Amino acid sequence: MIALIPVEYILGCVVPLTTPQVREAERGEREPLATMGALTSTPAPIEHADLSEKTGFSHRQIMVLHKRFKHLSDGDDVLRREDFLGIPSLKYNPIRKEIIEAFFNRRNFSPSRQGRANEIGFEEFLVVLSYFRPPCSKMTDEQRKNIRREKLKFIFNMHDADGDGLITLEDYKHVVEELLSRSGALGKETSRAIADAAMFEVARTVGHTDRDEFYEGITFEHFLKLLSNFDIESRMNIRFLKSNMIPGCTVG
Amino acid sequence: MFSRMAPRGRSGLGRSLAELGLLLLAILVLLDGTVLSLVAAISSESDTHEAKPVTHKNTSKKSFPVLGIKYDDVSVPFEIALWVLLASLMKLGFHLIPRLSNVVPESCLLISVGLLVGGILKLARDEVPPVLSDRIFFLCLLPPIILDAGYFLPIRPFVENIGTILMFAVVGTLWNAFFVGGLIYAVCQIAQDQYSDIDLSTIGILPCLLFGSIISAVDPVAVLAVFEEIHINELLHILVFGESLLNDAVTVVLYHLFEEFMDSGSVSAVDAILGLVSFLVVALGGVLVGAFYGILAAFTSRFTSHTRVIEPLFVFLYSYMAYLSAEVFHLSGIMSLIACGAVMRPYVEANISHKSHTTIKYFLKMWSSVSETLIFIFLGVATVEGEHHWDWIFLTSTVILCLVARIIGVVGLTFIINKFRIVKLTTKDQFIIAYGGLRGAIAFSLGFILHSEHKRIFLTAIITIIFFTVFVQGMTIKPLVELLAVKKKNEAKRSINEEIHTRFLDHLLTGIEDICGHYGHHHWKNKLNRFNKKYVKKILIAGDRSKEPHLIAFYHKLEMKNAIQMVESGGGSKLNSSFPSTVSMQNIQPKIQSPPSARPSERVLPQLTKGREEEIRQILRTNLQKTRQRLQSYNRHTLVVDPDEEGFDDLFLKKRRRMELDWKLKQMTNYLSVPRPQGSPTMSRARIASDSQAYVKPGAENVPTIQIDLASPQSPDSVRLLDEVVQDQGLTMSLPSSSRGAYKTSGKDDGRDQQTLLRCLSDPGPDPDDDDDEDYDDDEPVPT
Repeated sequence: MIALIPVEYILGCVVPLTTPQVREAERGEREPLATMGALTSTPAPIEHADLSEKTGFSHRQIMVLHKRFKHLSDGDDVLRREDFLGIPSLKYNPIRKEIIEAFFNRRNFSPSRQGRANEIGFEEFLVVLSYFRPPCSKMTDEQRKNIRREKLKFIFNMHDADGDGLITLEDYKHVVEELLSRSGALGKETSRAIADAAMFEVARTVGHTDRDEFYEGITFEHFLKLLSNFDIESRMNIRFLKSNMIPGCTVG
Repeated sequence: MFSRMAPRGRSGLGRSLAELGLLLLAILVLLDGTVLSLVAAISSESDTHEAKPVTHKNTSKKSFPVLGIKYDDVSVPFEIALWVLLASLMKLGFHLIPRLSNVVPESCLLISVGLLVGGILKLARDEVPPVLSDRIFFLCLLPPIILDAGYFLPIRPFVENIGTILMFAVVGTLWNAFFVGGLIYAVCQIAQDQYSDIDLSTIGILPCLLFGSIISAVDPVAVLAVFEEIHINELLHILVFGESLLNDAVTVVLYHLFEEFMDSGSVSAVDAILGLVSFLVVALGGVLVGAFYGILAAFTSRFTSHTRVIEPLFVFLYSYMAYLSAEVFHLSGIMSLIACGAVMRPYVEANISHKSHTTIKYFLKMWSSVSETLIFIFLGVATVEGEHHWDWIFLTSTVILCLVARIIGVVGLTFIINKFRIVKLTTKDQFIIAYGGLRGAIAFSLGFILHSEHKRIFLTAIITIIFFTVFVQGMTIKPLVELLAVKKKNEAKRSINEEIHTRFLDHLLTGIEDICGHYGHHHWKNKLNRFNKKYVKKILIAGDRSKEPHLIAFYHKLEMKNAIQMVESGGGSKLNSSFPSTVSMQNIQPKIQSPPSARPSERVLPQLTKGREEEIRQILRTNLQKTRQRLQSYNRHTLVVDPDEEGFDDLFLKKRRRMELDWKLKQMTNYLSVPRPQGSPTMSRARIASDSQAYVKPGAENVPTIQIDLASPQSPDSVRLLDEVVQDQGLTMSLPSSSRGAYKTSGKDDGRDQQTLLRCLSDPGPDPDDDDDEDYDDDEPVPT
């Protein structure tokens, strides 16, 4: 493990920073130089600026992700579920289905939308990925709270399969089952008990005290309360690229 | 020391203080009379052996002695025992005095005691034993503390921050060493101290650098002692503590390097390169040796299921072997020990029984805390003992330079590190990291074995900086943490939901990384985990548990803990049971069903015949089924006890009880007391063993188990029933009024009942089929 860490630094951060062209590209002042032939099929700069503002990704990041998008979709303009299923390293992921569904869940594109999409464009792809942007170092408490809320909402939507705003016991059980799906019969038996225990804990945490009432499921408010000690804002992050120099970073 | 303790203690602890004082005096007298120095005695053990035959000859000439004195034969262990006793009593004493431990860190108090003891010894005998010799320190006192740290190392945060930790540990320590060493040399050249009999300008650059390398390393013992008390958040704790552990390799290499250079007198570029290579060898070699022994220990523990008694021993022995083997080759013993503990733990824990696990935990905590106490006391004694050379210019410039170097180092390195970190280190964090850079006994011991003509001045400076950091920084860091409102450690117990989401997040992030086609942190971690699960676990872990995922393991642990806690808390348990009843029941049921061997059950529940036991089991089982049925509907009833249960809907009581529990949990965050005191299996077993006789009732056949309330869905009630069974019998020691909801049953009786139940319900190991544990009980001599 120890030996592997620097690899990531090299892949993720050090190399792109050291080349001057990249820095300029990152500031968005100039088009990438002709040497970066692979990036010639990127969207127009104007579109870029829009996307950058909307998702907080830098130009450079958007270009890299666009390349990946084209790669996944085989040059198409839209991604379908089958495209995701084809990713080899994703095959071993026990929650693969949830992850893929999250990309097609319209609620993740904007809070007002509902239902599921069958195919997504590059913009949606970026919007979903932007949930995994690391927070900036200088944030007000208000911003931090918002980011936290957004990230938790994303997780909540993943759990809430039917989109009714409640994580029912069945939903939760399904999640735990998926998590343990790689451990065979052992997991099947226990996941049920674990989901029960977790549900109990929820009811206790949120102070569900009216004993005549059936506890239907976890609302988002309860979900927030439940994970109040879980510092998701510092954990649910992916190192896309060097990101703290992005101009749009402060957009809460 | 006493002048500080006495006025506070008078308020209500006057008596215990007086007793403590008397004890201390008695010990001092004994020490004074017998002190031949621990070290001198150990090193001159051969002398004692030579002396033996002489004594025998003398005695044989005389008539048969009715009472003889052979103190020489026992002097060494006797003195060791005395020191340990003194240390333990001191530790005990501090916690009896209210508020004192809140204000002054324990390490300061212990050093003060050491100073006092050393002073008295000096007054009485004019010489003080060199208690803190390097041999004792590095071979006996240090390993337990480091093993404790390594074995219980929070691996996740450690690995997540390994880059930052390494940066601080390697680059930071190097910077400190050269900055302090170089500037001290400059100061020595410039300074003109007419009061000093040593010309500072005679100190060369190499001794200065050697001094710098000794003084620059943050000390794990001091850091642990102080940081345990301030409950800082996990990130800062692991950063400072991790640094203090990993900088050992740098210190070892620099120390040997400069010592070598001092002998040879010249440095070439080749030497510097060799030094770098040597650093890599020392650090990586240490880790490799440790990992090797760790894997060996894990593999051994696979086969210990038939001899549970010696199971814990393997953990200690392999770790100590790792430490010694590393030291043989001048590798970093500390890193080796850390690696050994961290590597073996997951596998060993899956293999050994629950009891062995508890044993390991207790032994490690006990050893490390005694070692730590002794180290600080010895540090105090050694301060009095040594010949000091006070050179104010040298001392003040050392202290100032150390502080400045630390601050510049931390700020500068954080600036670089923050470019790579997702979670940035704030200014507050940097301040705490810089301020938490305490120096301690490792520096002292290294200074002690120094062969330099300036040893005295160096040693004095080292002691000064240790005292400064431990006293000034150690005492002020707590108020500063409060003042700056640094995020504290999350005291709450880890919930199952958080665990689920930790796992969920792991997979989610891995998945997203895969989708982005970016092979980062999570991707590699996932790969490693899969490799671990597929091959390593299969080899190192016996049986089914090798396939058990984290989440299930966590769940089982939680279950276990809750069951024990529920049984322990006896009376109030049905209200405070912080876990769903099914869970507790599932946990308890198989254990009751597994027929306990005859002897323990006789010992534990003498008043219950086999038939009765079976009855109770039957009832518990029915209860379980009911609970399960109710669970299906998932309504409110399952959470709460039956409506006809009196005082049950009293949520206020429920809350109060939970708060009490939380408070207790907070109390036990102390270093030593890992589980709640009464939970110690050893203790309860001891008590049970002695209690059982008193418990044998003549009318044991009349136990009214039939009255059991079948409708109650919660297992704690069944537990409660047993309490009542005993109480209904009118046992003289139980309060007659004690019934449901009464929390204030006398602690003694409670304890007894609970322990009986504890024994009955939750004693076997984590696996229901863990019957081997019973062998352990049978073989064990009954404690008295």
